[in-house]
Amino acid sequence: MIGSDGDRAVDDRAVEAVAVEVEAAGRVFNAGTSRQVDALVDVDLVVGPGEFVSLIGPSGCGKSTLLRLVANLIEPTTGTVRVNGKSAAEARLAQDYGMAFQQAGLFEWRSVAKNVELPLELKGWDKAQRRQRAMEMLELVRLADFAEHRPWQLSGGMQQRVAIARALASHPSLLLMDEPFGALDEMTREHMQAELLRICGAARTSVVFVTHSIPEAVYLSDRVVVMSPRPGRITHVIDIGLGTERDTDTREDPAFYTKVTEVREALRGFQVDDVADAVREVVDG
Amino acid sequence: MNAGRVVRSVWPPIVFGVAFLGLWELAVVVFDWKPYFLPKPSSIWSAFVDNVSSIHSAAAYSGGNALVGLVVGTVLGVAMSFLLMRFRLLNDMISPLAVGLNAIPIIVMVAVFNIMFAITSVTPRRLMVTLVVYFIVLINVAKGLRQVEPTHMELLRSFAATPSQVLRKARVPNAVPYLFTALKIAAPVAVITAFVAEYFGGAQDGLGQRITSNLASSRNAVAWAYVLGACVLGLAFYLVSSVLEGITNKKRGIVPGGGTR
Repeated sequence: MIGSDGDRAVDDRAVEAVAVEVEAAGRVFNAGTSRQVDALVDVDLVVGPGEFVSLIGPSGCGKSTLLRLVANLIEPTTGTVRVNGKSAAEARLAQDYGMAFQQAGLFEWRSVAKNVELPLELKGWDKAQRRQRAMEMLELVRLADFAEHRPWQLSGGMQQRVAIARALASHPSLLLMDEPFGALDEMTREHMQAELLRICGAARTSVVFVTHSIPEAVYLSDRVVVMSPRPGRITHVIDIGLGTERDTDTREDPAFYTKVTEVREALRGFQVDDVADAVREVVDG
Repeated sequence: MNAGRVVRSVWPPIVFGVAFLGLWELAVVVFDWKPYFLPKPSSIWSAFVDNVSSIHSAAAYSGGNALVGLVVGTVLGVAMSFLLMRFRLLNDMISPLAVGLNAIPIIVMVAVFNIMFAITSVTPRRLMVTLVVYFIVLINVAKGLRQVEPTHMELLRSFAATPSQVLRKARVPNAVPYLFTALKIAAPVAVITAFVAEYFGGAQDGLGQRITSNLASSRNAVAWAYVLGACVLGLAFYLVSSVLEGITNKKRGIVPGGGTR
């Protein structure tokens, strides 16, 4: 008993220390062939506990690859990835993180509640427990009334909230999100951003968030990591510091605009090159 | 679907069908077509009524063969698709063959089966139906087991799901609509195969055999009455499988004609 409490204390300290630690990580696809792609080169990234970090950059900059390395969905070619003080693989097997994608990815043959229960079911929780947790999670995303609905009866925004509830169901300390609001309209999107901040603030969840949208990254994040393509790497890290209380007024705040501009400037330099590269590729090839 | 819409969608084919039969009847009388060329619908109908009990038993025989073949073929097809799913090498060897075999008119195998097994038994005919159904089910269900949405696969990996959990939670449920699609295709094909298999000789019990033997003895109206019985049987198989498919689609919110609600 004492032993296990001791272990947990150690675990908690590890979690408090750092959520994600990426060191000199690189990833090459199709190595040694003519189609070799250096998706990611020499990336260092540390995400603290409760911190919200966005990865932003043009297509092909490796932001999704970086997220998948953290999630252990793919392995790094070089360097190391640690999550909650464990290797990425151990963290995945322990379900230390929850994940959400651009597609809600709900299982259409399961009810909304059953979708949220899925990670708990895979962990072997008993039925009553997982139903109770699923209902708590649906309460959190304000969809408790839709527990018995089928996914296709819900709007896109609602489906995405179910996906977030599912990602959070096992109370992970880390949330990994790959453009989760990319397919939503602007109004729903802003509403979802506010909801996400509320949910993660309440649970002190660390978040790594991949996005294409500059205002989204600035609004949500403590830090914005700007990446560039060919090869995929981190070029700028911008501290945002808009405070913990963010609402619709935040979006009209001069400080918000200043940060949006700063991120845009950071993105601009290589985006022009990137377009030129793309044009050259088309012309040459 | 409300009553008004049912009526609206049902009357055009009924009117057309009745008009068609009327013209057919009229044409036979006006042009004085001989019964061996084309009997009147009214005489086909009276032949049907006169022979209803033997049509019924012939339909039961052919339908029985089709049903046995359909069930056995489905079970074997599903079992094989799981094996192919489990063993990649097996899949790489067999899948292209299965697709290729499905494209050839495999019905000609009946003649071979008739020699391999007792021609008067039901075995060659049932085996033929089984074989045809087997490939349809195998190809579709294997596709359903394999083509799981990439997002679902990444999610399950992120949840540290074991291969058997991936099978139970994603692959099998994903394959269910594919199975019903396969059944919807296979059911009428099973009936057709059962009839055609009878044209290669053997016992005189089925609809196909009765059609040929009645034509041979110039009892054309009776032969047509058996054709009518065959139509009804094929339709029955198709309807049952479509109803089954409709039930699963409704649960998943799939609208007939593709897409989701």
